[in-house]
Amino acid sequence: MTNLPRFTLIAGLALGLAACAGKQPVALEKPPETAQPVTPVANADPIPVTETAAPVQPAYAPGSQEDLRAQTGSDTVLFGYDSYELDAEAKAVLARHAQWLRQNPAVRVTLEGHTDERGTREYNLALGDRRANSAKNFLATQGIDVARLATISYGKERPAVDGSDEAAWAKNRRAVTVVMGR
Amino acid sequence: MRLIPFMLALSLPAAVLAQTPLRVDINAGLMQPMPIAVPAFAPGNGGNTEAGTTTALGERAAQVIANDLKSSGLFRPIDPAAYTTAVGLDEVVKPDFPAWRTVAAQALVTGTVTANADGGITLACYAYDVFAGSEIARQGFVTTAAGWRRAAHKCADLVYARLTGESGYFDSRIVYVSETGPRTKRIKRLAIMDQDGAGHRFLTSGQNLVLTPRFAPEQQTITYMSFENNRPRVWLYTLGSGRQEAVGQFATMTFAPRFSPDGHNLVFSMSVGGNADIYRFNLATKQTTRLTTGAGIDTSPSYSPDGSQIVFESDRGGSQQIYVMNADGSNQHRISFGEGRSASPAWSPRGDYIAFTRIGAGRFGIGVMRPDGSSERLLTNGYQDESPTWSPNGRVILFARGDRGGRSGLWSVDISGLNERRLATPLDASDPAWSPLLP
Repeated sequence: MTNLPRFTLIAGLALGLAACAGKQPVALEKPPETAQPVTPVANADPIPVTETAAPVQPAYAPGSQEDLRAQTGSDTVLFGYDSYELDAEAKAVLARHAQWLRQNPAVRVTLEGHTDERGTREYNLALGDRRANSAKNFLATQGIDVARLATISYGKERPAVDGSDEAAWAKNRRAVTVVMGR
Repeated sequence: MRLIPFMLALSLPAAVLAQTPLRVDINAGLMQPMPIAVPAFAPGNGGNTEAGTTTALGERAAQVIANDLKSSGLFRPIDPAAYTTAVGLDEVVKPDFPAWRTVAAQALVTGTVTANADGGITLACYAYDVFAGSEIARQGFVTTAAGWRRAAHKCADLVYARLTGESGYFDSRIVYVSETGPRTKRIKRLAIMDQDGAGHRFLTSGQNLVLTPRFAPEQQTITYMSFENNRPRVWLYTLGSGRQEAVGQFATMTFAPRFSPDGHNLVFSMSVGGNADIYRFNLATKQTTRLTTGAGIDTSPSYSPDGSQIVFESDRGGSQQIYVMNADGSNQHRISFGEGRSASPAWSPRGDYIAFTRIGAGRFGIGVMRPDGSSERLLTNGYQDESPTWSPNGRVILFARGDRGGRSGLWSVDISGLNERRLATPLDASDPAWSPLLP
């Protein structure tokens, strides 16, 4: 066994902790130099840590997609059928994205708009574009410079999950904040 | 490719006109396809060509013709096992009508394939009314050896045209999007093939997501949408050279392109800040003219064959519906008022119908309506039938049918709603576009 599986486990836990941390995840002042073996907390599974704790790389780089996910809980907001309106939950997620973008002022993102499969191809390209722009406009109202915000629509071409039922469609009607670089 | 049709010299005494000319009624909602015999074409000489011997080409040409005619749903080629004797050269121009009556053939297509001194071939095509014992049509085609298939399609078009009174559609091609891989990482490539599936080849590598190809009227250029460099834009593909170029320099997404009937313009949608409108792009001057304004999604524009009007879809009224406007953007008016949503309209090359996608009750179907919105009829019903495109003669609609498993293929249906059939493709398929008749 190499370090890799263990590393993955730790990263997964860190992500889970951040997600559980609550509505307002606190941004890390400074990225950890190494991934600290997390002190087991009451309701977390113990993590197998070997004594040969070689220096492990950080779980994710600051300003990265993984960082965005870990710090804000999700990089994705969901929409209703044939809708491009942001509901309260979507706005809360995007508000956290805005906060994260303020803390990572060099980062640019692309808002990707997607649809479920239940629409014609060309209409769905336009609908995906509406969703991407809904997300972008919300970030702009939160004070993010639009020069940092690009949009792209994939219509129904890139579903997040395979499937043709309501559960799959719900996950595929989305806008994703994708880190483009800094 | 060189393909020269010519009138064959009269080799029969002037045919006696039958009392009732043999005719397939294309509008009747045909119950009984016409039995037709298409025996192997006779070798005009013992020549050999790059594509095979004249004997082999004669057999294959007859198969291509029989398959074309059968695919229309209007003809029933008689199994060649029913007539074992080969048709000799002399019988091509002087058929044994009583013998053909015994196999219940109503029509007969015969012909010859001859190797020419320049390496090309001549395919001669004859059609007869078996019961009247008279000639219906006759035409010769001079082409390269490799062009034998096109000559056979031309022969099938001749027979179809004479027996239905409509122009044929067999000498034509289909460009479409070939699909493979899981839905979340679908690989899409432009591909082209003859109308009957022959001569299939891929045009793009699959590296970039490509969508919605459509032929230019001259058929040497295809407009489509590509996500190259993560910039979804309208592109042009030149068939001869394989050259690909982006259309114009637009800051935002352009999509849903189609050529004008004169080939001078494209119409497509451009999305600005989430609002999609329709624009005309002059290919010579590179000038862009905005045709629709307003907050709705306006997309899927398609010209009337005379170029004077454009049909498109818009959700300006709350849901996707079909609208028609003049080519300059004036007089925009809604024409679809049926149940559910109506989308992706395609104006027939005959001008008499508009095909569209109907979305309702969780199903997608293909329908047709008159350009004024009247006489709406639904022709198909599937989980996801969409993207209708017309045969060159406006009698057949090709469309993409997707299922719940994420698989998709190309299907065609007659404008009467009959003869629904699948067109085989090497991989999954979507976004078909039918070419005009080849020149």
